[in-house]
Amino acid sequence: MNDIVRMLIQRISLGLLTLFVVSLIIFFSVSLLPGDAAQAMLGQSATEDTVNALRKQMGLDQPLHTRYFSWLGGILQGDFGVSIGNKREISELIGGRFANTLFLALYAAFIAVPLALVLGILAALYRNTWYDRSVNVVTLSSISTPEFFVAYILMLFVSVKWGFFPSLANVTLDTPILERMYRTFLPALTLTLVVVAHMMRMTRAAIINLLASPYIEMAALKGMTRRRIITHHALPNAWAPIINVIVLNLAYLIVGVVVVEVVFVYPGLGQLLVDSVSRRDLPVVQACCLIFAATYILLNLIADILSILTNPRLLHPK
Amino acid sequence: MSTNSNEPLLQITNLQIEGFSDERWHQIVKGVDVTLRRGEVLGLIGESGAGKSTIGIAAMGFAKPGCRIHGGSILFDGIELTTASEEQKRQLRGSRIAYVAQSAAASFNPAHTLIDQFSETVVEHGINSREHAYKDAKELYKKIRMPSPDDIGFRYPHQVSGGQLQRAMTAMALSCRPDLIIFDEPTTALDVTTQIEVLMTIRDIVEQFNTAAIYITHDLAVVAQMADHIKVLRYGETVEDADTRTMLSTPKEDYTKSLWAVRSFAKETAAPAPEAKPIMRVESVTASYSRSMSPVLIDVDFEIHRGHTTAVVGESGSGKSTTARVITGLLAPQKGAVYFDGDALPPSYRNRTKDQLRQTQMIYQMADTAVNPRHKIRDIVGRPLSFYLDMHGEEKEKRLRELMEMIEMDPDLFLDRLPSELSGGQKQRICIAKALAADPAFIICDEVTSALDQLVAEGILRLLDRLQQEFNLAYMFITHDLATVSAIADEVIVMLEGKIVEQGPKTEIFSPPHHEYTELLLSSVPEMDPDWMDRVIAEREEKGGMIAAGN
Repeated sequence: MNDIVRMLIQRISLGLLTLFVVSLIIFFSVSLLPGDAAQAMLGQSATEDTVNALRKQMGLDQPLHTRYFSWLGGILQGDFGVSIGNKREISELIGGRFANTLFLALYAAFIAVPLALVLGILAALYRNTWYDRSVNVVTLSSISTPEFFVAYILMLFVSVKWGFFPSLANVTLDTPILERMYRTFLPALTLTLVVVAHMMRMTRAAIINLLASPYIEMAALKGMTRRRIITHHALPNAWAPIINVIVLNLAYLIVGVVVVEVVFVYPGLGQLLVDSVSRRDLPVVQACCLIFAATYILLNLIADILSILTNPRLLHPK
Repeated sequence: MSTNSNEPLLQITNLQIEGFSDERWHQIVKGVDVTLRRGEVLGLIGESGAGKSTIGIAAMGFAKPGCRIHGGSILFDGIELTTASEEQKRQLRGSRIAYVAQSAAASFNPAHTLIDQFSETVVEHGINSREHAYKDAKELYKKIRMPSPDDIGFRYPHQVSGGQLQRAMTAMALSCRPDLIIFDEPTTALDVTTQIEVLMTIRDIVEQFNTAAIYITHDLAVVAQMADHIKVLRYGETVEDADTRTMLSTPKEDYTKSLWAVRSFAKETAAPAPEAKPIMRVESVTASYSRSMSPVLIDVDFEIHRGHTTAVVGESGSGKSTTARVITGLLAPQKGAVYFDGDALPPSYRNRTKDQLRQTQMIYQMADTAVNPRHKIRDIVGRPLSFYLDMHGEEKEKRLRELMEMIEMDPDLFLDRLPSELSGGQKQRICIAKALAADPAFIICDEVTSALDQLVAEGILRLLDRLQQEFNLAYMFITHDLATVSAIADEVIVMLEGKIVEQGPKTEIFSPPHHEYTELLLSSVPEMDPDWMDRVIAEREEKGGMIAAGN
């Protein structure tokens, strides 16, 4: 077990290091943009003196590295600073939005992951049959279509023409869960269509890849059924690549939803990011980017750890 | 069972199997007949590509992916397998016909314990309960003398040794008490000391349960111990078919005779008297792969002289290849040093000069993986010429052709081919040319003939011997095959657990008195005598305790 603990510590420290580097990149690349928060708040007509006074008040006259460390220090204590647009605490602004984004991502994942696994396993089981081919064609066409287009097509048919689900996913904090699921069904479906192909094909490939190994032939020569060979002999050894692609897609569901949130006017973090960029609300942009990055790194860390833990060689050392 | 004992259990007639490659179907088995009665063991023997394994698994009604059974009949206990439904065949496999694969390490599923894989067959075929299968597994493990038979089944495949895995696989084949077991080269990947244990296990089992067996191997001495009948195959056809003793004493066909004569090669000329200064000296080297691990080499000390072949023998894990890694500088020793021609070499290859690197070359076991499959022979052999010797243009071309002549391959024919267009033996020759191209004084041959058929291997040994005469080369010959050692070595080093247990001139090592371990090693090499194994077992039981040494 010692090896595993050491490996976990190593992965976690690597994750933290990556996050640190990302925070550097976010902070300094945003600071490269022309103008600053003080100017943005006061607008074009402000005099140089007033802008300077505000800079001093906000600490913007400090050297860059001092500002970076006070920013980082604040974040570590949960203080992301103040929004320029409405002067509210950013942490307050983000909290509910991030919860919405997570809700949508998990909702989509609950549909997409089991669907992808089942489709992938069946495709491996009935490889090169009409089933395999049609699943491939359908999932590949959905992944090849831009997600906003998928979103508008779904809206047009499912919502406008047939009226099953609402086209706008406007939820508030106190929307009950079932109502929430009803209203966000279309964005969740859009996301599902986008991510399922990747996961399904990876599951199929991981299993087929293993089907050529001697222990699979051995299982066949022991008289095992096809179903048992796939579920009992191939799948347990295919987890590592499958977990990786699942988590990668989960990360995409959280980080990559920007377009879908905007299309369905869903109050998530992605939409906040887009709004803040257009308002040049740089502290909010920085905070959103950092949260996205942290989510991404955390999920990949989990994928790493899980694929280590599903390896019997590491789990049961000599 | 239902049939009476005079009826054959397995009757294969005019079996035809095709394989798909290069866009068309080729015949790989061309009308082979097999008759096997209950309790009989049939040995299938031949070189690689003879179709032995293909025939073996065809007895289960199974064809490897890319192959198809396309003619003839396979009658197993009254069931015609060529026309039986998939479901019918599936029910036979594992329960009535079982299979033991060549590499147990690859054929056990890494995700499940040994005992679960044992009981799976029993439970899935609906023969008995899991609890019953567990109990049976433990009894069988005990019967085949596995260490701690009550617990070993609960380990995962990577947690037990290769020999134990192979025995566990034999036990697994027995889980449903099948009528027929196919053994597909079950000991080829094992050390001789382990091989004899597995052979004993298999023979005990076959005798105790009156199981019929097909034993596939390319090793004549092994098949002589195991089989009642031997069938010699070549290019998918039967060459000769007789009972074991007749086949060994009076082979009829020329091909069979040539197989029997394979081990006749022996180095003819004696090595020159050793020069005062050894070309390679390894001085009390201790090495390990990481600081925290126990050392894999302990105080290894030997020297090799110009024009001499020093064979390093020992089981896998004894430190043979690690010694080579220390010499080539891939692994820096913790203590001790390596001297080339009297000068100390820097411990790591990174600090060695190009000339120091050039002087020591390596030839590997797997010629396939040692050459870049996308490079032409010209580039593979030419690379050391331009890298070490700065040869280009016409000079290089001339040297290339010379090298090809040296390895007895026509430069016009082969220089512009890719490795995939060559046979295994030809690829190994290319690796030899590649080593020679650097114009070294010292060559490490790491199991260079282990992956080759005996006839081909003999050709390689002859070539190496001739090159040694011509260029006064020193060889360090790493091998676990003692027949090869007796054929070509001048000096022998015997290694066990990272230490040298015995070293000296071949004649001295091979004649008694031996070190205890050398004795075990030598006595474990199968001989071409059907009574050899009985004799060894009897001898060892007399001495007592020796059998356990293999574990």
